Amino acid sequence: MNPWDRPGTAWAGAAEAAGGAAREHPAPFRRRGGGHPSSEGPAAGLARGDGPSEPLVRPYTLTRGRTRPRSAGPALDMITIVVAAGDREEHHLEPEYKEILRLCHRPISVAEVSARLDMPLTVVKVLLGDLVAEGDVRTRAAVPVTRLPEKKVLQAVLDGIRRL
Amino acid sequence: MASADSETGRGTPEAIPQAVKIIVAGGFGAGKTTLVASVSEITPLSTEEVMTEASYGVDDLGGVESKSTTTVALDFGRITINDDIVLYLFGTPGQDRFWFMWDELAAGALGAVVLADTRRLDTCFHAVDFFERQGLPFVVAVNRFDGSEPYEAAEVREALDIPAAVPVVMADARDRDSCRDVLVELVTHVIRSRSPAMTG
Repeated sequence: MNPWDRPGTAWAGAAEAAGGAAREHPAPFRRRGGGHPSSEGPAAGLARGDGPSEPLVRPYTLTRGRTRPRSAGPALDMITIVVAAGDREEHHLEPEYKEILRLCHRPISVAEVSARLDMPLTVVKVLLGDLVAEGDVRTRAAVPVTRLPEKKVLQAVLDGIRRL
Repeated sequence: MASADSETGRGTPEAIPQAVKIIVAGGFGAGKTTLVASVSEITPLSTEEVMTEASYGVDDLGGVESKSTTTVALDFGRITINDDIVLYLFGTPGQDRFWFMWDELAAGALGAVVLADTRRLDTCFHAVDFFERQGLPFVVAVNRFDGSEPYEAAEVREALDIPAAVPVVMADARDRDSCRDVLVELVTHVIRSRSPAMTG
């Protein structure tokens, strides 16, 4: 059954059955940063912590409704590794971009950025896509989906696992 | 060439490692996150994918105020292989109805571990079927639970109708060495299945 055929009914059951793997409600999440990205809120010196007074922001608000990264950029998937470009001059960025950039100080996967900022993957991909397009972040794509990992990579992985 | 760019120099701040992933599948409660935790160098992290109609081809949600969405949590861990390769282990969502996440999870994966819970073998049919159809190499690891019947690997193979070429191994998801052995079995199987001379 395609769950989208019955919005509002199928998901309630799914969320219950998943025992915490899914939530019934439309995924608002708690931002750790300041105000609404388009507000006049503090652009620097973000309040940290998860105080209950912080606003709940629906995920796509941060992306201004976009659900996909800019089409011009490289494809970002869960394990694309991103890193902040070191040679960028200071320039104004919205708080959530700054938080991402801070995490990208060292190479990190898209999934880790998502987990550590408690932002859905889809949202992180859009924001990272912006940063890549602006030259603030560089990526190294995961081995392309259509291409199998090289033999030498597989051998290195095998050797690495054996050392565990 | 797997490199997507020229940033392959080692030891320089600019070097961007290459990431590869292995999928850990199985029914709800089969021990997927336990296995990931046993071998991961970090406490397993949880990322969320928000599923909306957007996932079915909408590029912009402007003006869309109340479409139904749900959140699927994915647990994952990390193993740094060397300066240039990082391995991620992703657990699949426990419920079959989140099948729509599986395509993205499986895309580009090295291979998969299907964790079988002998108390509920039927819960991993879906995973076995999915990876067979995808042509993604996988191994079946029979997780030993306290109180579960001591099945033999051969019995599980027969019950799940696993082809002879697919390894079926016994495992304890709580035990690091056991989980390492499962991963070694998988990657060995992946290399073997890639080698034309060995393909049967």
